Amino acid sequence: MKKTVPLWVVLGVVVAAFLFTRLGGNRYIYFAGYFVLQYIVLATAWNVLGGYTGYVNFGTAAFFATGAYTALVLILAFKATLPVQIVAGALTAGLLGLGIGYLTLRLRGVFFSIATLALSVVLQTVVSNWEYVGGGKGLSIIRPKAPALFASHAEYLFVVMVLLAAASVALAWWVQNSRVGRGLAAIRDNEEAAECMGVPTLRLKLFATTLSGCLMGVAGTPFPYYVTLVEPGSVFSLDYAVNSLAMPMIGGTTTWVGPVIGAVLLGTAQQVATVTISSELNLLIVGIVLVAFVMLAPQGIVGLVQRLFHRRSR
Amino acid sequence: MAALLEVRGVTKRFGGFQALSDVSLEVREGERFGLIGPNGSGKTTLINCISGALGTDGGTLVFRGKDITRLPAHQRTRLGICRSFQIPRPFTSMTVLENLCIPLEYAAHGQVPRSAVASEAMEILRLMGLDAKAQARPADLTGIDMRKLELARAMAAKPRLLISDEAMAGLSPAEVDAILPILFALNERGITIIMIEHIMRAVMRFSQRIAVLDAGEKIAEGTPEEVVSNKRVEKAYLGE
Ligand SMILES: Nc1ncnc2c1ncn2[C@@H]1O[C@H](COP(=O)(O)OP(=O)(O)O)[C@@H](O)[C@H]1O
Ligand SMILES: [Mg+2]
Repeated sequence: MKKTVPLWVVLGVVVAAFLFTRLGGNRYIYFAGYFVLQYIVLATAWNVLGGYTGYVNFGTAAFFATGAYTALVLILAFKATLPVQIVAGALTAGLLGLGIGYLTLRLRGVFFSIATLALSVVLQTVVSNWEYVGGGKGLSIIRPKAPALFASHAEYLFVVMVLLAAASVALAWWVQNSRVGRGLAAIRDNEEAAECMGVPTLRLKLFATTLSGCLMGVAGTPFPYYVTLVEPGSVFSLDYAVNSLAMPMIGGTTTWVGPVIGAVLLGTAQQVATVTISSELNLLIVGIVLVAFVMLAPQGIVGLVQRLFHRRSR
Repeated sequence: MAALLEVRGVTKRFGGFQALSDVSLEVREGERFGLIGPNGSGKTTLINCISGALGTDGGTLVFRGKDITRLPAHQRTRLGICRSFQIPRPFTSMTVLENLCIPLEYAAHGQVPRSAVASEAMEILRLMGLDAKAQARPADLTGIDMRKLELARAMAAKPRLLISDEAMAGLSPAEVDAILPILFALNERGITIIMIEHIMRAVMRFSQRIAVLDAGEKIAEGTPEEVVSNKRVEKAYLGE
């Protein structure tokens, strides 16, 4: 396949999203759409490390929050524009990923997961005591006027999130089909054998933690403008860790498409549940669905479909 | 013949347990070298130290005149050392063919053009008699095919020194006879081979020189005839 195809797809998707906003429509659609798109980014980011490489990260909230608080600081200090916030959030969260990778990747399996969970707790404590960003109570910010061409800020954020989601998925697609991706799969299958076959396992794992952290941070950067009230309780919510793990598991972890399917299904289900029942039920729904999948279809939806095809082609 | 690999006074401890004590040996370019010893004598540990899977607690490793004692394993592989694992460790999510593409793309990076990776992998599978299983998953392989895959994958790293860690353990005599010619053929192509084996018949037939480990110490070294007639070796194998 031509290398430029993903670029054109990303561009096409973004233009389509922009045209869609020109149709007007209900504000709620953009709000809910943003929610699902944000999880496409998070689930895709999680999967680069968790699915491709086999290291389960429980610290999604830490990276997401790094993006969100980087954006908040830039808003407070310089009234920085959203594109600047996104680039800065990507860099800080990527650096955090690299640092955590260095500190923890010698820990295998469950110990790595616990370390990432601890990271979340530590960062939340730090931020809760940082008065400049509102401490534990949080901080309200005011959205600037929507940029030209956009009727409202909600629509602007929606289109930005479409771009971020499409770009993340394209990146994940590229990684999966590259030499790097095959190296990551070798690490996931058997790390010692991978190293013995010439795979620079430490370097590749650092690449995965950095890229994964970077994308999670990116998902968090538009968050201050999305919610306008930034407080540690919601930025470090358990939802992020649980969802970004559950979505790829449900969709399927070995390909780029699994996290997208999982995010669309679970994200939509949660939006519907929030509107019709209560948001308190969200994690419960996720938990039940996840347990069902782990028991009945450990390869996720992608695995189910592949098995179906296999049977037919025989 | 020049020394390809020099092991000089290598020592390895696990906690208080001395797994290797001051082991020295030399493997020459193009040689077929056997490494034997009772169970638990430290053969796999020595291989782990040579391949870089384990660090050493003392001693020096020299490969092609270069000190590799502190090099990470993947760099040793790129220099030309590759080993198979005693307990096979295939890449389980990949097909047999894809298993070989990993070393071809990494260990042999730059030696094999990208477009030739798949055909090269197929070539090695054919040599090993595994070509019919190219699209199978490791989980669906028989015991002997799994051993062949271990060797094929190590081959795909294009090693100068191939270390085979009990590639024939648990195989029937007929299956051993199927694997031995493969190793001979690889050696004919100029690859130096260290064979670790429990099956004496196979090592004796294969090796030009043999070293014997017992309780982490090298107790003998020489031609197969010299080694079998050595009193210490007899004692190590048969007890007092
Ligand atoms: N990673 C390890 N940790 C602790 N002890 C080990 C480890 N690897 C090997 N040993 C011990 O070192 C000794 C030598 O083992 P090994 O090298 O596997 O022997 P061989 O391959 O000759 O059968 C054994 O007593 C084994 O229990
Ligand atoms: Mg052994």
